[in-house]
Amino acid sequence: MKKNDIILIAVLLAAALLTAVGMRIWQMNNTRDAAKVVVTIDGQVYGTYPLDEDRTERIELPDGSYNILTISDGYADVTEASCPDQICVKHNHIKYSKESIVCLPNKVVVTVEGGEDSEIDGATF
Amino acid sequence: MNNRKIAFLGLFVALAFVLSYIEYMLPLNIGIPGAKVGLANLVVMVALYTVGEKETISLSIIRVVLVGLTFGNLSMMLYSLAGAGLSLCAMLIAKRTGRFSVTGVSVLGGVFHNIGQIIVAMLVLETESLLYYLPFLIVIGTITGVLIGFVANLITTRVKGVFKM
Ligand SMILES: [Zn+2]
Repeated sequence: MKKNDIILIAVLLAAALLTAVGMRIWQMNNTRDAAKVVVTIDGQVYGTYPLDEDRTERIELPDGSYNILTISDGYADVTEASCPDQICVKHNHIKYSKESIVCLPNKVVVTVEGGEDSEIDGATF
Repeated sequence: MNNRKIAFLGLFVALAFVLSYIEYMLPLNIGIPGAKVGLANLVVMVALYTVGEKETISLSIIRVVLVGLTFGNLSMMLYSLAGAGLSLCAMLIAKRTGRFSVTGVSVLGGVFHNIGQIIVAMLVLETESLLYYLPFLIVIGTITGVLIGFVANLITTRVKGVFKM
């Protein structure tokens, strides 16, 4: 290992840590009581559900594959899915604004939207 | 390209294919889309330091196409092509500057492999929310890069003698 390698590794890890902390602070400050869970399939909005109401929603795709979204105690979680990799099921539950659970095989994205003013989020369209 | 190089390139393609297969059978599932160990990168690293740059580029393309045709579908091939392509570019540039050893080159390869995959995923899913995985992908890429660089260095020093014969 050269000195440059160690500098590179240190810079990468520091940058990762700073962005992670910065994003978490932003997320915590931008999550209000009226947070919603937005489900999109292939970029199209499938449904919007309030984060403070417990429910279980079966997200059904035209080809028969599915993801099961469970909202409880103010957290959203994908608890079951038909996808082969199960990455979405393994993902931690989410509650902060802009946190998301992604299922690449099903093209399903579950995102928490912060509060009143993120009603129309241009980026999701 | 001499016969010895051609023989080694064939061997490397086979090895990279096997490692991709192992990774396909035992995926790293930590709940982060796009996170890969990138085992095949080990072969790419060794090839880069033994048979040469052009040969390594062909090796990468052949591997992605072979693996995609065997185990995946078109979208999976797209992910790995973006990952492998970006990663190889980063490694070639890093190696040419001469500022980094095998470890540094491998770390950059690992990090850009994950970044490439997440960029394609963002385009396919039309969501910017995947950007929030970037810090984790950088950390995972750095760790796997250090490990792969370490092993690649061990192999390279042993294999290199064969090319000097
Ligand atoms: Zn999934």
